[in-house]
Amino acid sequence: MKYTVIENRPLNATVLSMWLSGDTSAFRRPGQFVQVYVPGFYLRRPISVCEWTEGRLRLVYKPVGPGTEKLAAFKPGDDLDLLPGLGNGFDASLLGCHPLLVGGGVGLPPLLGLCRQLLAERRLPSVLAGFAGEDDVFLLDDFEALGVPVTVTTQDGSRGLQGLVTNALPRLDFDSLAACGPIPMMKALRNTAGQVPQLYSLEERMGCGFGACMGCTVQTAGGPARVCKEGPVFRGEELMWS
Amino acid sequence: MTDLSVRLGSLTLRNPLIPASGTFGFGQEFLPWYDLDLLGAISFKGTTAEARFGNPTPRIAECPAGMLNSVGLQNPGVDHVIAEELPALRRVFHGPIIANISGFSIEEYVRCAEKLTREEQVEILEINISCPNVRHGGMAFGTDPSAAAAVTRAVREVATKPVYMKLSPNVTDIVSIARACEDAGADGLSLINTLLGMRIDLKRRRPVLANSVGGYSGPGIFPVALRMVWQVTGAVSVPVIGMGGISTAWDVLEMLMAGAKAVQIGAANLVDPMACPHILESLPAEMEKLGIRSLSEITRV
Repeated sequence: MKYTVIENRPLNATVLSMWLSGDTSAFRRPGQFVQVYVPGFYLRRPISVCEWTEGRLRLVYKPVGPGTEKLAAFKPGDDLDLLPGLGNGFDASLLGCHPLLVGGGVGLPPLLGLCRQLLAERRLPSVLAGFAGEDDVFLLDDFEALGVPVTVTTQDGSRGLQGLVTNALPRLDFDSLAACGPIPMMKALRNTAGQVPQLYSLEERMGCGFGACMGCTVQTAGGPARVCKEGPVFRGEELMWS
Repeated sequence: MTDLSVRLGSLTLRNPLIPASGTFGFGQEFLPWYDLDLLGAISFKGTTAEARFGNPTPRIAECPAGMLNSVGLQNPGVDHVIAEELPALRRVFHGPIIANISGFSIEEYVRCAEKLTREEQVEILEINISCPNVRHGGMAFGTDPSAAAAVTRAVREVATKPVYMKLSPNVTDIVSIARACEDAGADGLSLINTLLGMRIDLKRRRPVLANSVGGYSGPGIFPVALRMVWQVTGAVSVPVIGMGGISTAWDVLEMLMAGAKAVQIGAANLVDPMACPHILESLPAEMEKLGIRSLSEITRV
């Protein structure tokens, strides 16, 4: 499906924000993703949707190889071919009135869309964002503009609390949790967050992104599950991370 | 009017396009994109006697003009396929179904074949003796003529439907394997499965795939597939289904001119869920340009 780049600009030295116009009717929940065709590369690139409105969607992404680096060179007016509305996304009905949204690095973007939805439902989310250092910080302005409390941790202590997101967990009040970031971060959260409802968004190398190739299957309590189809968001108790 | 129908032995397909096993699940994932009834046939996900989780991830690696996979025959097992997947597929697809069967022993191939041959709408048993992603089975049967013949013979004995052996390209002489299958009673052949390949993650200094190696598919393997189909169809008289990197109507016509009677579309489905309808749409115009009125009139070059 054709989409047109409206804006593609850096948010810091490594992360970019791309707004696109096109049909967004396939999106049902925050945390869903798109498969981006990058000319010259065989497989599409799965990128989570940061937020969307009718006819517009935003991808916040970090180039990690030649494919996503090529994406960074796209200019306003350029067309991109996307498969929209993939994956299950965050089921906000499983979260409480005071959800904590935990993002690690480039896992943060889909939590912005989730935060907007929770606010629209008159819930009171707070945000915990972990980065390596101050230079890696991005997207916090967007969260602060929504008026939600934001706690920041950096591994080197150059901004916010020093350490990992789990170091900040004891000071925060929450009745449920939604997280997206590196697997070690999410495993540590799962081990420290206690009994509250938890949602985790996984990342995996994908072939198709829509459930056909079985390339991204993980074992869950309910049996084999495709990260692209049954996921990328799983309930804490589904994950076999003990 | 162009005639897209083709014949596989006594079976007539409305067109030669068949999604390849392992790239199409049991069809359900493609329903958001198109009506499956426009397909010639469907070869469903390789099925074993017991449910299999398959290999650890990463299972996928990108390549120039293609991809590696090391899925490792993840499937819910033949009984679940018959109880759940096949009835669901029949509700959305009314053409011929090709049952793709894998195994780790001759007994396992036979067990699956006995069950699937009785299934309504299953018109062909496609016996995968060429999966590169599992140990002690799969490709081990497809790289030795006498082992390939033994599987063929055992399945042929219990099958009431045509038996097509799916061959591996990871051999020195594919013609000798093809001949052995034909001599052992195969009604047809499917080729090629994926080419064994590898990628290395330079930063991590280790293979990209958790299984280290995997099967290469996509446009990069098309010339190899075409060559092997051409060699095999020159040596056997049973029908051959050609596959390996087919992505365009031109590729389809080339494959038919290499001697294939029908084609399977694999990796192309994964990067473009509309690959099959797109190829089907452009076939008549390409045929007209070449003065081809009917696909079944194409003869091997």
